[in-house]
Amino acid sequence: MSAETTGSASSAYIKHHLTNLTYGQHPDGTWGFAHSGAEAAEMGFWALNVDSLGWSIGLGVIFLLLFKSVASKATAGVPTGMQNFVEMIVDFIDSTVKDSFHKVNPLIAPLALTIFVWVFLMNFMDLIPVDFIPQIFHLLGVEYMKVVPSTDPNITMGMSLSVFVLILFYSVKEKGAGGFFNELARNPFEHPAFIPFNLFLEILNLVTKPISLGLRLFGNMYAGEMIFILIALLPAWIQWSLSVPWAIFHILVITLQAFIFMVLTIVYLAMAHESH
Amino acid sequence: MNINATLIGQAISFTIFVWFCMKYVWPPLTAAMQERQQQMSEGLQNAEKAQAELDLAKAEVENQLKEAKQQSASLIDQANKRGNQIVEEAKDIAIKEGERLKQAAQADIEQEVNSAKEALRQQVAVLAIAGAEKILASSVDQNAHSEMLNNLAAEL
Repeated sequence: MSAETTGSASSAYIKHHLTNLTYGQHPDGTWGFAHSGAEAAEMGFWALNVDSLGWSIGLGVIFLLLFKSVASKATAGVPTGMQNFVEMIVDFIDSTVKDSFHKVNPLIAPLALTIFVWVFLMNFMDLIPVDFIPQIFHLLGVEYMKVVPSTDPNITMGMSLSVFVLILFYSVKEKGAGGFFNELARNPFEHPAFIPFNLFLEILNLVTKPISLGLRLFGNMYAGEMIFILIALLPAWIQWSLSVPWAIFHILVITLQAFIFMVLTIVYLAMAHESH
Repeated sequence: MNINATLIGQAISFTIFVWFCMKYVWPPLTAAMQERQQQMSEGLQNAEKAQAELDLAKAEVENQLKEAKQQSASLIDQANKRGNQIVEEAKDIAIKEGERLKQAAQADIEQEVNSAKEALRQQVAVLAIAGAEKILASSVDQNAHSEMLNNLAAEL
């Protein structure tokens, strides 16, 4: 965007950048892409943010294909190049999991690896200049294109709710339904009179976990993206003075957020396995 | 920013990706890494063993060197002794030979002296007879005195 951007144009620019490409059923009964944020809202729950989902699945597939190709060629000999890099990540994940998860569960480490790399890649899309990919799609005739999946709450909540399902599943599996209920009912006050109060507190505590997990990632990435968009409103010759420092700082943020999402998932699942 | 079915779509893809990762990505990678770790620890153990063997071999070499030195020293000693012995023996033989030669020479000399004495005795008898003849002239009976003179010559 250039210097002559007026106030309403800037807000339109920002809004445009924050609108997903949504596919769903229009109120008149036809199926198709929404042409504005309001139209997307009218589609209700049964609509898909094609851009978020597309980028998210695309990045996930890239991650898995890359790691799979390394894994199928992995040898015990001296690791070189890509294998070295992948092993470094795997080793890092493995030690993190071993630090906080003490039971044996073959799911946890691959889950943590998937979360870390996938979330990192989704966050990484934030570092691509904000107008780059949307502009390409604009030339191809696609109206809206939001390229950072983790700035879409559907994506982050989709993952955190999956983690929540795992928490419930392993809580019941490890402690039994009765044991799990006991844990909820008898903490923090061990007295029959306090059971309703305990249940209220503990269920709130339980439900807060996935919400805070998903919203933390979403909030951080959304705010970061917003600042990139605001910087993009500045005159072109000065943008670099803000976008470069922010991008460098953001490298830290995206890694940290991916790491936090992974560690919290491990910790929640460790808590689900261990009675306290 | 609407909550919609994207959430479910993401949850489904998440499940599939985690399953794929658990099945095809994680196990071969960790297996390779563990195998390498084992190989490395084996390698280190082997190195330690080799070091111990080397130390042992060094000690053995030192022992053998010491033994060899001792052996050579004793050999030199023996050789020296034997040499001295040979010299002594040679001296003894030389002395004995000298003695023998000296005795032989003395025997020769004695024989010479005896034969010279015999010859002189003969000559003295002849001279004595000739002198006595001259002194006594013809008064002396050659036959009567020759026995006496012979006895005299034998006494000389």
